[in-house]
Amino acid sequence: MSLYFLCFTLFCVGLYCVLRKRNIIKIIIGLAIIEYAVNLFLVLIGYRTHGRAPIFAEDQVISNMVDPLPQAMVLTTIVIGLAVIAVAVSLAIRIYEKYGTFDITKIRRLKG
Amino acid sequence: MELHILLLFMIIASLVAVEAKDLISSVIALSAVGLGLCLSFLILKAPNLAITQLVVEILCVIILIRATINNDLPVVKDGRWLFNTISTFLFIGCFLMLAYFALKELPLFGNPTMRVSSEYISGGLKKTGSTNLVTAIALNFRSLDALTEAAILFAAIIGVLSITRRTGKTHEE
Amino acid sequence: MTLIVKTITRLTVGLILIYGIYIVLRGHISPGGGFAGGVIIALSFIHLILAFGKEEVTRKIDESRGVFFASLGALIFLLVANAGFKGLRLAEHKGHFKVFAAGLIPLYDIVISVLVGAGLYVIFLALALLLEKREEK
Repeated sequence: MSLYFLCFTLFCVGLYCVLRKRNIIKIIIGLAIIEYAVNLFLVLIGYRTHGRAPIFAEDQVISNMVDPLPQAMVLTTIVIGLAVIAVAVSLAIRIYEKYGTFDITKIRRLKG
Repeated sequence: MELHILLLFMIIASLVAVEAKDLISSVIALSAVGLGLCLSFLILKAPNLAITQLVVEILCVIILIRATINNDLPVVKDGRWLFNTISTFLFIGCFLMLAYFALKELPLFGNPTMRVSSEYISGGLKKTGSTNLVTAIALNFRSLDALTEAAILFAAIIGVLSITRRTGKTHEE
Repeated sequence: MTLIVKTITRLTVGLILIYGIYIVLRGHISPGGGFAGGVIIALSFIHLILAFGKEEVTRKIDESRGVFFASLGALIFLLVANAGFKGLRLAEHKGHFKVFAAGLIPLYDIVISVLVGAGLYVIFLALALLLEKREEK
């Protein structure tokens, strides 16, 4: 229970960074922290105490495995998060070329 | 016990990443958060995810370092700065309180209700023939997810290539 | 980059590529799989760019070839996925701890690794090209 609460605190640190910072790169860093917290929460739900990894071995019979379903979903989520960060960084570099600054309070009008 | 220490380390490193004045320092602190996450995946018995998270973390840090050019902007206290900060903290406080009430309904940590997964575990080796259950689920039982993941990656490639295009097309008269 | 970095890169970049292919091929036996192996393969090429500079590497492997491989990976993935719909049985599962087992899963792993590896290499090349053009201005 306290582990879930710590995971939510990590999410809130990233949320604070997205809401209150003026630099675009800081906002992207906050986005990465939010993504780490969500992945951790999904894997935390499927953990079984004294469980084993969900891989069969040749010589043993494994009876208690952790839940393999959230792990299969987080596997694709990690790579998709990387793609999102790459697109966001390329947008940020483009904005720097057009406006000369990373400050979001100075980017007001849509330039052509 | 080790998970608590690792999570505290991740929270402290993320606070450093949020508040550092130098952009390169915050990127390095972000990579410390990612390393803590990889170790957490190892403790939670998920070796597939630990390998993937480690290499994706390396690539993410490489891409971010190539984008940091100058320093962070200083905190400017003008206008409605006080109102903005107080309302942000109020929102986060409400969010955490409601999360506490919602988290009490979840099953206790360590006893998951595995209704679907027990079917996968009992019949997975016979039906697919692969001994790595996570790969069997992700590429055989739920391979539509892998298809959409490939589609998203492809869309991201096209997006990055078109955002960073140099020469536009000239209209032919 | 200095001479030490260039020498060590020349010695180790082939090993990184072979390790990535090893993780891809044994995706259904031990931890790993197509996604992690694809990222490792992309990292080996990015290592070459970081050590030797962009001009020397893009003489051999430029952007269009990377895009070709990414598109090829996506197309073959679609073809194999549609073959499953029509009821085509491409492979049988024989044995449990061998590489050529488990039906279609090794084929999916190889195709995904081609797509992910070439795609991430192209993304990094596009971002690096953009930064260098901006520094010249």
